[in-house]
Amino acid sequence: MNMGNLKFFTNGLIKENPTFVFVLGACPTLAVTTAAINGLGMGAATTFVLVFSNLIIALLKNYIPDKVRIAAFIVVIATFVTIVDLVMKAYTPDLYKALGIFIPLIVVNCIILGRAEAFAQRNKVWPAVLDGLGMGLGFTLAITLLASVREILGNGTIFNYPLVGENASTILVFILPPGAFVTYGLLIAVFNRLKLKLNI
Amino acid sequence: MEYIFIVISAVLVNNVVLAQFLGICPFLGVSGKINTSLGMGIAVMFVMSLANLATYLIQHFILEAFHIEFMQTITFIFVIAFLVQVVEIILKKVVPPLYQALGIYLPLITTNCAVLGTALLAVQKDYNLLMSVVYAASIAVGFTLALVLLAGIREQLNLTDVPKGVKGFPISLITAGLLALAFMGFSGIVK
Amino acid sequence: MAKKLASTLPNMILSLTFIAMVMSAALTFVYLKTRGPIEEAAKNKEVNAIKQVSPVFDNDPTVEARTFDGLTLYPVKSQNESLGYAVKTYTEKGFAGHIELMAGFRNDGSIVNITVLDHKETPGLGTKMTESKFINQFIGKNPGSFMLKVKKDGGQVDAITAATISSRAFCDALQRAYEGLNKVNDSLKVQP
Repeated sequence: MNMGNLKFFTNGLIKENPTFVFVLGACPTLAVTTAAINGLGMGAATTFVLVFSNLIIALLKNYIPDKVRIAAFIVVIATFVTIVDLVMKAYTPDLYKALGIFIPLIVVNCIILGRAEAFAQRNKVWPAVLDGLGMGLGFTLAITLLASVREILGNGTIFNYPLVGENASTILVFILPPGAFVTYGLLIAVFNRLKLKLNI
Repeated sequence: MEYIFIVISAVLVNNVVLAQFLGICPFLGVSGKINTSLGMGIAVMFVMSLANLATYLIQHFILEAFHIEFMQTITFIFVIAFLVQVVEIILKKVVPPLYQALGIYLPLITTNCAVLGTALLAVQKDYNLLMSVVYAASIAVGFTLALVLLAGIREQLNLTDVPKGVKGFPISLITAGLLALAFMGFSGIVK
Repeated sequence: MAKKLASTLPNMILSLTFIAMVMSAALTFVYLKTRGPIEEAAKNKEVNAIKQVSPVFDNDPTVEARTFDGLTLYPVKSQNESLGYAVKTYTEKGFAGHIELMAGFRNDGSIVNITVLDHKETPGLGTKMTESKFINQFIGKNPGSFMLKVKKDGGQVDAITAATISSRAFCDALQRAYEGLNKVNDSLKVQP
C-alpha cells in the first residue's frame, strides 16, 4: 500500500468524518447511542455493509447502466444489510435486540448510498474498499464517543462497567431522547473547534 | 378508541423525530423555513400512507405466504423507491400544480428512513390494514409538526447572535433537544 | 478501462436482473446457513431464562410447556420429581406498553426468582426493574400472602423511585403468573 492509497482510508476519519463533518446517518447516531456497546455494534454493522457494498459496486460499475444505478446500488446495499441482520440475530441476539429496527434501517443510512454514488462508482476496487473502511471507522469512532458520553453522564457506567456508587444519582436526561440531540450538537461544536485550532 | 390511541401516541407521545429518531436528515435539512417544512411534511404523509398500504399487502400476501420474511428489507425499500417514482410521474401528469409544489421533495423521500421505519414498525406491531395506514398518516403528522416547530424557531435564530462554534448544525441539534424535552411532557398520556 | 454499459432498455433490464439474482442467491445462502443458529439462539434464551429462575433441574421444560391465556408454563423437574414451574408472563400496563417476565415458582407457590425478558421502559428509570436490587424483594415470597401491589396502592412492594408505573406493571405481570399457576394446580387436583 502506498501513501496515495492510505489517504483514501484516513479521509473518513477526520477530514470528511461522516458524522461530525457531514452529519450523515444521524438517525442511528442519535437513536442507538444510549450505551457505548450499542454504538460500537452499530458502527461495526454499518462498516461491514459499507465495505462490501463499496467493493461490489466498484467491481460492477462498468456493467451498471447509469439510469438504473441507484436501483442497483439499493439492491446491493439491502442484500448486505439483510446478511448483517441475519448473522446478528443468530450470533449476537442481545445486541440485535438492543439495536432493533435500526439494523434494517442501515439500508437508508445516507452514508452508504452517498459513498456508493460519490466514490465507489468512480474508483477502482482497492481505493473503494479503503474508503468504505475509513468512513465506517470514522462513523464507528464518532458514535461510540457519543454513546460513551451519554452512558457515563446518564447511567454512570462505561461499557456496562460502573463508575459511580450504586445509589448515586446520574444525569438521566442524557440517555433520554433530548440528551441525544444536545450531546450530538455539543460534540460537533467541539469537533469544529478542534479542527480549526489544529488546522486539519 | 384504539385508533385515537394510535393517533395521539404517534403524533405526540412517541413523536417520530423527537422520540424515535427517524427522519432526522430531512428534519435538519429542510427545516430552515416554515413553508418548505410544510411542503415536505405533506409529501411525506402522501408517500408514507401509500407505502404502508403497499408494504402491508406485500408482507401478508407475498412474504408470509411464501415464508420469505427475510427478504423484507430488500422488498420494502424497493417498493418505496418504486412508489416515489410512480407518485412523481402521476403528479406531474395529473395535478401539475401539486407537482410544482412537492416535486423537489419527492426524490428525497426514498432515503427518508422514517418511511421505511414506519413500514417496518407497523409490521412489528401487527397492525391490520386500516390501522397501518392510520398509523402512517399520524406519524407523518408528527413529523410535520416537529419540522414546522423547528423551522419556526430556526427562522428566529437567524436573527440572533449565536456563538460561532455552535452555528449551523450544533445549534439546530440543541434546539431539537429542547423540543424533545418539551415533548417528553406528553409521555404517559397513552400507554 | 472498459466502457460503461449504455442505458438502453435491454441493458438496464439485463443488468438489474443479473444483480438481483446474484444478490438473492447470496442472501438465500446466508439465510439457510443462519436459520439453525437463529432458532437455537431463541431457544437458548428461553432455557437460560428458565435456568435463571428455577432450582437446578434435569428435564427439558420446553418440551412439556403448556400455553394458555397468553402465559406459558414450563414444568421444572429433577429426576421426575416436580420442583415447580417457570412461568412466562406479560403485562400491557408498562410505561411503554408490553413487558415480558419469566418467573419461577416452587410447588408451594413461593417465588424462586424473576427475570425480565422484554420491555421498552425508560432507560435509567423503568429499566431498574431488571436489576437485582428491585427483584430481590420478591424472592422467597408467596403471592398468596405477600400483597403484590406497590406500597402506594396499599401493597407490600417497594416501588422503584420515579418509576411507579413500571413497578405496578411488574406486579401485574407477576400476579397474572401466580393466578395462571393456581389455575393449573387446581385442574391437577380435580383430575389426578
